[in-house]
Amino acid sequence: MSDSPDKLSAVRRHVVLGLFVLGFAVLLGRGLDLQVLKQDFLRGEGDARHLRVVSIPAHRGMILDRNGEPLAVSTPVDSVWANPQETLQAPERLAELARVLGMDRGDLQRRLAERAGREFVYLRRHVNPDVAAQVQQLGVPGVALQREFRRYYPMGEVAAHVLGFTNIDDRGQEGLELALNERLTGQPGAKRVVRDRLGRVIRDVENIRPARPGGDITLTLDQRVQYLAYRELKAAVQAHGARSGSAVIMDVHTGDILAMVNQPSHNPNNRGSLRREASRNRAVTDLFEPGSTIKPFTVAAALESGSINPRMTLDTAPGTFRVGNHTIRDIRNYGRVDLTTMLAKSSNIGASKLALGMESEHLWRTLHQAGLGRGTGSGFPGEASGLLRDFYFWRDVDRATLAFGYGVSVTPLQLTRAYAALANEGVMPAPRFLADQPVLPGEPVMSPAVARELRAMLEVAVTTEGTGHRARVEGYRVAGKTGTARKSGAGGYNEERFVAMFAGFAPASHPRLVMVVVIDEPAGEEYYGGQVAAPVFSKIMQGALRLLDVPPDDVPSIRAVTAGAGRGPA
Amino acid sequence: MRTLVRALHLDMVLFTGLLLLAGVGLVALYSATGESMTMLNRQLLRLGIAFTALLVMAQIPADNLKRWSPWIYALGIGLLAVVLVMGEMGKGAQRWLDLGFVRFQPSELMKIAVPMMVAWYLADRPLPPRFLEVVAAGLLALIPMVLIARQPDLGTALLVGAAGLLVVFLAGIRWRIIFALGALALVALPVLWHFMRPYQRQRVLTLLNPESDPLGAGYHIIQSKIAIGSGGLYGKGWLNGTQSQLEFLPERSTDFIFAVYAEEFGLLGGLLLLSLYLLVILRGLYISVKAQDAYARLLGGSLSLTFFVYLFVNVGMVSGLLPVVGVPLPLVSYGGSSMVTLLAAFGILMSIHSHRRLLAR
Repeated sequence: MSDSPDKLSAVRRHVVLGLFVLGFAVLLGRGLDLQVLKQDFLRGEGDARHLRVVSIPAHRGMILDRNGEPLAVSTPVDSVWANPQETLQAPERLAELARVLGMDRGDLQRRLAERAGREFVYLRRHVNPDVAAQVQQLGVPGVALQREFRRYYPMGEVAAHVLGFTNIDDRGQEGLELALNERLTGQPGAKRVVRDRLGRVIRDVENIRPARPGGDITLTLDQRVQYLAYRELKAAVQAHGARSGSAVIMDVHTGDILAMVNQPSHNPNNRGSLRREASRNRAVTDLFEPGSTIKPFTVAAALESGSINPRMTLDTAPGTFRVGNHTIRDIRNYGRVDLTTMLAKSSNIGASKLALGMESEHLWRTLHQAGLGRGTGSGFPGEASGLLRDFYFWRDVDRATLAFGYGVSVTPLQLTRAYAALANEGVMPAPRFLADQPVLPGEPVMSPAVARELRAMLEVAVTTEGTGHRARVEGYRVAGKTGTARKSGAGGYNEERFVAMFAGFAPASHPRLVMVVVIDEPAGEEYYGGQVAAPVFSKIMQGALRLLDVPPDDVPSIRAVTAGAGRGPA
Repeated sequence: MRTLVRALHLDMVLFTGLLLLAGVGLVALYSATGESMTMLNRQLLRLGIAFTALLVMAQIPADNLKRWSPWIYALGIGLLAVVLVMGEMGKGAQRWLDLGFVRFQPSELMKIAVPMMVAWYLADRPLPPRFLEVVAAGLLALIPMVLIARQPDLGTALLVGAAGLLVVFLAGIRWRIIFALGALALVALPVLWHFMRPYQRQRVLTLLNPESDPLGAGYHIIQSKIAIGSGGLYGKGWLNGTQSQLEFLPERSTDFIFAVYAEEFGLLGGLLLLSLYLLVILRGLYISVKAQDAYARLLGGSLSLTFFVYLFVNVGMVSGLLPVVGVPLPLVSYGGSSMVTLLAAFGILMSIHSHRRLLAR
C-alpha cells in the first residue's frame, strides 16, 4: 500500500466534493437552460396547451310583432360535446355519462368510436340545465359543454308559417327566419380562455372581439289579430273537414300584413313533429283559381274600358250560355240584371258577357295591374307567382271563363292585395311584412271613381241580397265577394272538390282592413264560399276591427242590436 | 435551549435545514395538490412521524448501530425475500408488507441497512480494502439491489445500490479498480438493456427523444420541461402555475413536484431550494469527515451522498436529463415511506455528531 489512509481520504474528499459540485452545476445549468434560454419557447408551448381562442355565440335577434310582443326569441342553452380521442381513453366512465345524457351506453360508445379520428363530436344538443350541470360535475375526460341558443316561439303554431323556424344551429330554415336570416344572425365574438387538460374552460383571459347580437326585427303582424284569425280559421277548417285553409289580413293603405294564418299548422317549438305540408305558408306559396272573387275586376275592366256604364244591364237568361262548345251556367236564371246584382248573385253568365264585350288585352291589363298571377315581391321564401297567361293565346272561351276566375292562378296574398286596390281608391299597396320597411307608393290599378263604384256594388253583395251575407259584421259596413272554385285535377275540373273563399274589406265607408279567407276542399254539405268562408271572414273581421279601435260606420245596425240584446256598443 | 438541543442529540444546522426544506415542501405541495388541506394535513402527519424517527435515531450511539448492522441487514434481506415470494403468489408487483396498522416497505429499510452493512464489513479492515474485499462489499450491496429491482422498483434499487457502492468508494478503492469497473459497466450496458423490462426500455428511449411519443411515454417529460421553462427567472407566483394547476402536469404532487415548484418560483426559487439541499448535504459530509471512527465516517458519508443522489436523480428526471424512474424529491414530494427513511438517516448523522463529543470527553 503506497497511499497512507490519511492522504487517501484527503484525495477522496476532494473527488467527492468535486463530483458533488459538478452535480449541482449540472442541475443549475439545466435550470438556466430551461428557465432562461428556452423560456420563451417553453412558455409558448405551455400556452399552446392551455390557451384557446373560442367563439362567443351571438344572440339571434328577436322577432317582434308591431306592438313589440315577442314572436321568436332565443334562450341560452348548453350542448354536450366530446373529444373522442380523450373520452375513449376513459371507457369506464362512459356508462355514467350515458346515464346522465339519457343515452344507451352502446350508442354512446359507437358515436365516439365512429369519430375517433376527430376532436369534436356533439353528444347531445340543447340539454336541460340540470343535465348540463350533471355533465359538468361528472368531469369525464374530453367531455365539455358548449353554449348555444335555442329558438323559442311564444305563439307556437299560430304564427308558425310566417315566422318559419331555425335549425339546431340557430340558422333560419323557413319563413321569415330564413328570409331575414342575415339580419337576425349576430356576429359571434372571440375570446381567449384558459382550458385545463379535460378541456374545461377555467377562466377568461381576454376578450378579443365581443359578440354582436343579431338585430331585432319588428313585423307588421299584430299578435292579437293573428291569434284571432288563427283560432277562427282552425275552427272552420275542422268544422268543415277541409284539407287546408289560409287567411290574410292587410291594412288597405299601407299594405301592412296584420295577420297571415294557415291550416294545417305545426308547433315550431317541437321540431320532432314537423311535417312538410304543415310548415308551408300556404297564403304565399299555394296557388288556386280565384273563381268568382275575380268578378269585381272583370267589372272594373269593363267600366275602365268604357264598354259599359254602371247603369247598364245584362241579360243572363236563361241561366245557360254557350261559348264555342262550352256551356257556362248560373245557379239560377237571374234574368236581366244590373252590375250590382250581377256581382251580388255572382252570375257567371253576366261576367262572361262583360269579358266578351271588351278587348282581350283590356281585360288582361286590368287583371295584370291588379297583381293577379303576378308575384307580390314580398320576398317571402317560396312565394309562388301564379299565372295569368298572355292574352295573345286567349280563345273566346278562355276570356269568358277567365271572367269568373278560371284559367288564372293566384295566391291568397295576391288576392288580398288586389282587393286592397278596390278598397283604396284604385291604388294597390305593396304588401309589407317589416315595420321598418318604408311604405312603398301603391300601384294604380283603376280610376278612383271605378273603385268607388265597385266598393258600393260589393257592399250590396254582403247584404241579404247577395251571396256574401254571412260575412256581415255588426256595426260595420262590409264590402266583399264570395268565390267557389271547382278544383282542376287530372282530366279536367272536378265536380266534387271545391275551394271556398271570401275576399272583402271593412269598414266600407272608409276601408281599413282587407281580408281573404280561402278554405280548400270543405268536405261537408256546405262548400260555397258564402257558406264556408264568409262566416270566418265575419268573425275575424269583427274582432280585428274592435282590436284596432276602428270606429263603427253602421250605427243603425248597432242600435238595432243594442235595443234587441240590451248590450252597450263594443 | 442549547442544553435541550444537546440533550436531544440534535444538530442545529442540519435540523434547521431539514425543517426549512419540509416547510418549502409543504408550500409547494399545497399548490401542487390544488390547495387540498386534506393532503396537506396527511403530509404534516407523515413529517411528524419522520421527525420522530429522526429523534429516535439521534439517541442511538453509532457504536450500537455498528453492532446491530449485520442483524438489521439480515432481517432486511429476509423481508425482501418474503415480499418477493408473496409477490409471486399474488401475481403482481409487491413492494410492501401489510402489518395491519401500517404498510412497511423492506426496501426502505435497506436504504439504511445496506450502507450500515457495507460500512460494518469494511470499517474494521485495513483501508483501502483489497480487491476481494471490494468484491465482497459490492456483493453485499448488489444482492438487495437485485432483489428490489425484481419487485420491480428500479428507483429504490438504484438508491440502495448507490448507498452501498458509495461506502465502498469512500473506503478508498483504487482508481484502477474504479476505471475497470466503469469499463465493465459500459460493456454491461447492452446486456443490461437486454434484461430490462419493456417499459423500462421505453423510458430510456423516451428520455433520448421525448417528442417521439408526445401523448404517451414522452408526455411526462415534455409537460414537465414546459412547466419548468415557463417559470422563467422569477416564476409565475405561488398557485399561479398554469401547467400544474390545469392538470397538464402528471404526478405533480409526487415525483414531479419540482416542476410545479420551478414553474411558480422560477430559477431563483429553484436556486433557493437547491441551496437548502446543499446546506444539508454539506453539513452531513462535514459531520462524516469529523467522525471519529471509520464506520461512522463511511456510513455518514454514504448517507449524505445518497441524499444527493436522490436529489440529483429526481431533479435530473423532472428536468429531462435522466430517464423517468420513480424517485421522489426528498422531503417535498407527497408520500410517506421514503420520508421516514430519509429523516432516520439524518438522525443517524446527528447521532454520529453528538455522541462523538460525549465520547471525546
